Amino acid sequence: MTTHIPSPALESYVAADPGLDDAAVWAVEVHLENCAECRARMAEMAAPPLLALLDDVQVAIDRGVRSGPGPVRRHPWRRMVHRWAVWSVVPWIVTVLSAVLAAFLLDRQFPERPSLVLLLAPVAPLAGLAVAWSRRSDPAWEITAGTSRAGLEMLFRRTVVVLATVLPPLALAGWRLGMNPALWLLPALTFTAATLLLGGRIGVDRAAAVLGSAWVLVIVVPAITSADLPVVIRSESLPVWALAAVIGTVLTLLRAGDHQRAPR
Amino acid sequence: MTARLDNVAKSFGRTVALHPTTLDLGHGVIGLLGPNGAGKTTMLRILSSALPPSQGTVVVAGHEVTGTHAERTDARRRIGYLPQEVVFPRGMTTFGFLDYIAVLKEWTLTAARHAEVRRVLALVDLAERSTVKVKALSGGQRRRLAIAQALLGDPDLLILDEPTTGLDPEQRASLRGLLSGRPGTVLISTHQTEDVSALCDRVVVLDAGRIRFDGSVADLLATAVGRVHQGPSAASGAMQTWRTGTGLIRSVGGSPAAGSQAVEPTVEDAYLLLRSSAPEGATA
Repeated sequence: MTTHIPSPALESYVAADPGLDDAAVWAVEVHLENCAECRARMAEMAAPPLLALLDDVQVAIDRGVRSGPGPVRRHPWRRMVHRWAVWSVVPWIVTVLSAVLAAFLLDRQFPERPSLVLLLAPVAPLAGLAVAWSRRSDPAWEITAGTSRAGLEMLFRRTVVVLATVLPPLALAGWRLGMNPALWLLPALTFTAATLLLGGRIGVDRAAAVLGSAWVLVIVVPAITSADLPVVIRSESLPVWALAAVIGTVLTLLRAGDHQRAPR
Repeated sequence: MTARLDNVAKSFGRTVALHPTTLDLGHGVIGLLGPNGAGKTTMLRILSSALPPSQGTVVVAGHEVTGTHAERTDARRRIGYLPQEVVFPRGMTTFGFLDYIAVLKEWTLTAARHAEVRRVLALVDLAERSTVKVKALSGGQRRRLAIAQALLGDPDLLILDEPTTGLDPEQRASLRGLLSGRPGTVLISTHQTEDVSALCDRVVVLDAGRIRFDGSVADLLATAVGRVHQGPSAASGAMQTWRTGTGLIRSVGGSPAAGSQAVEPTVEDAYLLLRSSAPEGATA
């Protein structure tokens, strides 16, 4: 059985009768919150000026809500671009795409020489990583570095963007040249993981410079001068690259705290 | 207590930006005064977790900023930070920028995040400019937008590095009203001594990477009582003198000239006197 507010008590409440003590007011309000019938009875009892005032307030609130500022409606693609894009990487993207295209054309022209696409693949994402996580490329770095999502999560997002930009042209070049995809993909992923891992200690841009320079000096230059395909980018090295990529990624995840500071 | 720095120091190579410092920050508005190069920004960056200290521990709302990954993330959820200089990403609107920062602060539910963005926009009186590109805002409006991002999520510890730079007097007064009514801790680094006297319960003076004073504004003022004079001529040995609008010369420190009268010191007077008594080599 539902017990409703007695009419005298409701009338006293509507009239703001000072004789109604706090406990009674509280009991009436608790009941009103859950009882549409009593709310309707109360509305009928309310004096017309009060009802008119309530209507006016409601109209004013509705008008305010409708005319108030709101988010700019954007197409999801534009919203994503504004939220995650780092425009300073555009010149770098053009450079890398040009380098991959040049390597592809040279490989087609001189098939007997060591593949430049394979030699370029490990270091192709590094410049992008360096640019995507540095103070110079993120104007709001000091704010973003102090947020709770700053760190490896943000770095991974930007890394994914870099890889999504670099890997398709490499894949296209490798496919047209008839290469095993693992030959260019595994070194690229390994160097990416190594850059993130080392970047936690010395900064991603410095790590990219160190690893990129080391690869060029130790592997690329001797390969070009000797015209021999280095063993590190032959099929027999693939298990080592796979293992290195996994270890590098696991270590990067374990050292996630290293990236929770401001980019250098 | 909202935050604590325990034996925190920071060096950049051979340069010591902050000597070992211990500081408890309780509730209320705390002013951080000091000359350029005193280590204020370094201290604020360490407290905000953007910069790791060379030594020591930092705890915010019970979570160690210098601790584990998870502890630091928990601490960051309770911190709002306004850097000294904010460069905004290109192409964003006022609302879009705050929405972006709110995403980074883990406001994942769109409706709640937009409501929070609207709330802070209203707090800094930018609600009417929400759809405007940031580049179209005036300098003062950009500063208020930067303050708004620090207010997202109603943080326990609000760290503001020179928040009143670029604001007109009315906006400064409005900001004072906003900050004075906040629960939790507000730490303000500023060169505006009038902001300190108008707003702060406590003042910390930092000089050459060391704390030179830590106490109430009244205590700071008390150090200057009887040491500021006004008269027809400057006090001998005064560290600063200037002619006031009444034609009399106000002297801070030194021996008062004949006919001079001691006047009530301001926070600026007390600060100047404190700086003048800095030990040899302690000035930046």
